[in-house]
Amino acid sequence: MTKRQADVVVVGGGLIGAWTAFFLARRGRKVVLIEKGVVGAQSSGTNFGNLRLQGRFPGQYPLSLRSQALWEDIENLIGDRCEFHQSGHLYIAFNAAEREKLEAYAAVSESYGLTIEHLGPADLTRRYPWLSTRAVAATFSPRDATANPRLVTPAVARAAKALGVEILEHCTVTHARRDGAGFIVETADGRSFGSDHLVNSAGAWAGEIAEMFGESAPLFPAGPPQFVTEPFPYFLFPSVQAVDGTVIFRQIPRGNIILAGYPRTAADPIRNRAPVPPSKTLAAMRHLAAVVPALRHCHVIRVWSGIEGYLPDMIPVIGPSATTEGLFHAFGFCGHGFQIGPGVGLCLSEMICDGRTETPLEPFSIARFRGTVAEDEKFRREFDRPAAAEKGGPWARRASPSPAAARSIPCAAAPRWPRCPTR
Amino acid sequence: MGGGGGRDPTAEGRFIRAVPRDAERVRFTIDGRPAEAWSGDSLLAAILVTQPSLRQHEFDGGARAGFCLMGACQDCWVWSEKGERLRACTTPVAPGMAILTAPPMERFPHG
Amino acid sequence: MAEVVIVGAGPAGIRAAGVLAAQGLRPILVDEGRQAGGQGYRHPSPGLALDMDALMGTEAGKYRALHADFAELLPLIDYRPRTLVWGIEERRLHCMRDGRQMTIPFDVLVIATGAMDRVAPLPGWTLPGVFTLGGAQAVLKDQGCLIGRRVAFLGASPLLSLAALQYRKLSAQVVAVCDTSPFRDKIAALPRLAAVPRTLARGIAYLAALKSARVPLFHGVTPLAIEGDREVTALRFLDGRGRERRITCDAVALGYGLKPETQLAELAGARFAFDAHFRLWLPVTDEDGRAGEGLYLAGDGATIGGADAAEASGTLAALAVLHDLGLRPSVDERPALRRRLARLRRFQHGLARAFRWPGPALSRVPDEVTVCRCEHVTAGDIRRAMDADLGPVDVNRVKAITRCGMGRCQGRVCGPALQEIAAAHAGLEAEAVGRLRGQAPVKPIPIGLLAEEHA
Repeated sequence: MTKRQADVVVVGGGLIGAWTAFFLARRGRKVVLIEKGVVGAQSSGTNFGNLRLQGRFPGQYPLSLRSQALWEDIENLIGDRCEFHQSGHLYIAFNAAEREKLEAYAAVSESYGLTIEHLGPADLTRRYPWLSTRAVAATFSPRDATANPRLVTPAVARAAKALGVEILEHCTVTHARRDGAGFIVETADGRSFGSDHLVNSAGAWAGEIAEMFGESAPLFPAGPPQFVTEPFPYFLFPSVQAVDGTVIFRQIPRGNIILAGYPRTAADPIRNRAPVPPSKTLAAMRHLAAVVPALRHCHVIRVWSGIEGYLPDMIPVIGPSATTEGLFHAFGFCGHGFQIGPGVGLCLSEMICDGRTETPLEPFSIARFRGTVAEDEKFRREFDRPAAAEKGGPWARRASPSPAAARSIPCAAAPRWPRCPTR
Repeated sequence: MGGGGGRDPTAEGRFIRAVPRDAERVRFTIDGRPAEAWSGDSLLAAILVTQPSLRQHEFDGGARAGFCLMGACQDCWVWSEKGERLRACTTPVAPGMAILTAPPMERFPHG
Repeated sequence: MAEVVIVGAGPAGIRAAGVLAAQGLRPILVDEGRQAGGQGYRHPSPGLALDMDALMGTEAGKYRALHADFAELLPLIDYRPRTLVWGIEERRLHCMRDGRQMTIPFDVLVIATGAMDRVAPLPGWTLPGVFTLGGAQAVLKDQGCLIGRRVAFLGASPLLSLAALQYRKLSAQVVAVCDTSPFRDKIAALPRLAAVPRTLARGIAYLAALKSARVPLFHGVTPLAIEGDREVTALRFLDGRGRERRITCDAVALGYGLKPETQLAELAGARFAFDAHFRLWLPVTDEDGRAGEGLYLAGDGATIGGADAAEASGTLAALAVLHDLGLRPSVDERPALRRRLARLRRFQHGLARAFRWPGPALSRVPDEVTVCRCEHVTAGDIRRAMDADLGPVDVNRVKAITRCGMGRCQGRVCGPALQEIAAAHAGLEAEAVGRLRGQAPVKPIPIGLLAEEHA
């Protein structure tokens, strides 16, 4: 068994792991990035590609804005634009209650200095003649953007590699433990790596790594279904999202319309599959036809999904371990990791190199799962309930419609969730 | 609509009709020009007996005239004036069809 | 009673329906076509004065018998033409008929979705005037149209000579039949081809007929380019002796044998294995066509066998359905059918040897040649993506990076070429670069698909 020395071992070659490795290497750290498959294959490569700023979790704005600045500079950073496109993001409301929700989102965005345009029916008709009049109000954030997820992670990993990061694909971590002042990480092919720091960015598989250090988070896998149409005349310029979550779409300048919609669907991280049921495709199509009637003749040609890790409060774990010094977690991005990916990587590199980061990350501590965690209202809305729900399984109680915006669930309930794989 | 449109199929068409058809005449238009076909013709045949290609490709800019002729390759989609998409090899030509070989851009105003 | 649904009304689907109907089941036969018959036994569209007996030649009897049997069968089955099955969810088919969504529940599914041409890209193959070999025949049978006035036939397939003769019969000028496989391959394949002497004799007769008609016939050609600016003007190739030739033409029919339409089999849960004879990923079945619980595959959609094998395998799959449902016909025809099918498939292996898919030779496809017609991805795009640091090896990753196979046809056309080009570039065996995965919708469906209509 060869023992290799590194400053940092990063487990998981998704977007987060690749950016973390990149920024660490820029600071002169020797990094080994270990990926069980190939870089950027799961949700990092299969997500919708939104770089949305408006409507985020309020505590995330400092991180999010820092990250957007990195996206805006992506070509300088990694030498590849990855189809980055400052399309702007249009958040649409179908009724007065949703309009209020948008206004509340906008107030938060504006308090962090974002420019938000508030649009009424007349503005919408003039600016977006393709939009159904069902949309009664919208907010538009011009700084929001999109990029091609299929291209980004491999490009970041290439840039990291060029800076000296050792990248191991098709290499599974079997054990990781504290060893003196550092870590020993062992892989299925019999290698072993010693490092001072360890980064757990293993996505839907990150719970397994965390448990090697005696901590856990109620992480569960799901697949956000995505759909794409044939190329069509380019006429939908902004990225568009209905605030009720029924439809999210954008058109790339090439002409294809990319479409997503909740609820998210079950995924199988053991067989590595996240199939898209045809009934989801039909539902997404129906919602899109209602919002952009001119698309009714456009054809859907392809669907896909990828496995992503979710947490019940719908915010990620980012930051130092609560049990083990030198270990850092970044997982459970709950469907909004793409935009903050570069920022997370930068912050982790700062915490490792400087012992601190200027960006507040307290809300994302893994320690929050030691107590009770508020279940986000999105959490009840945005996921399919497995058949167990109808049979009175653990999902049934969570699925019950509750007027309360959030309920508390004890973390002791975690093992009853559909779990990400653990050994 | 005028009868026949004055286009000489044998002079300009890609396809050659090798077999007569006993059927009704069907009048339709291609990019606004009147054309005639027989009931029972596929839209693809109806177009290609009068002209060399069906459409311009979205990405390489080249002309295309379909390829597999059996509904698999998806290379023969044309437009109607109403903005419909029609796979020419599996769609029968019908009276009054108004076919476009390029997208009706006016149907997609971007504001 | 179990709901049995058959997808595809070619020879396999019709024969399967016949067996089930004879036992008093009333299967649903779903057909994407407007008329039953599939591709090979396609019926002319209404009003066409096409002499099918003359066109089908020695196969006219089988063609007539199949259509006559189907006409008798029609009252005993639930036939649904013009119906695309675009997805499978649990035990339901998602279908589209005349722009309307519908679902069809099933207990037992027989998939007989047939095949399409396998093609190898070459410079100029996206020009108007280049069609698949099967397409050239389909448009003749269905529409009574020729793809051009001066037609060249290029590829590796016994159907090159058959189609050329059919075109000649209808007064097209056949300017060349260019077979990329050398004549010695045909000799080498004779032992296996002797499994079905009648069909072998027919193939030899086609070649003799072409020769006596003085149609230029080339074996062992290396295609160089299809020339033309806005449309085909010539075919350029090296003949078997390495001499460059340029033949003026206005159409080219291109075909290297067939590839099964396996998308629905995949959605239904079939496993796949790489078949070394055909160099194709084929669904795994037992000898009767079982591919899973309540799942049966038949005809060219399971493995390439030709029309006779399609009829036999359709019959056999339906008998397997009956046996598995506990409905056993008094006479067990299965052993005889299995033997017949094995012989027909041995013959097809011989054909695959005699008319060989160029496979590894696709490594020589020039960088500037389009591989993916839908998304306009060139061989060079594929190779450059693979050459990049951390570049992909698996075809699904190559697709993710380059968009090859991502377009309207979902890799139907470019898939086999992508497999070979990627494998050759990686220096691996073809199967080592994986299999392009399929998903629903298997063909494009409109966003405004009208609401559900129950079956």
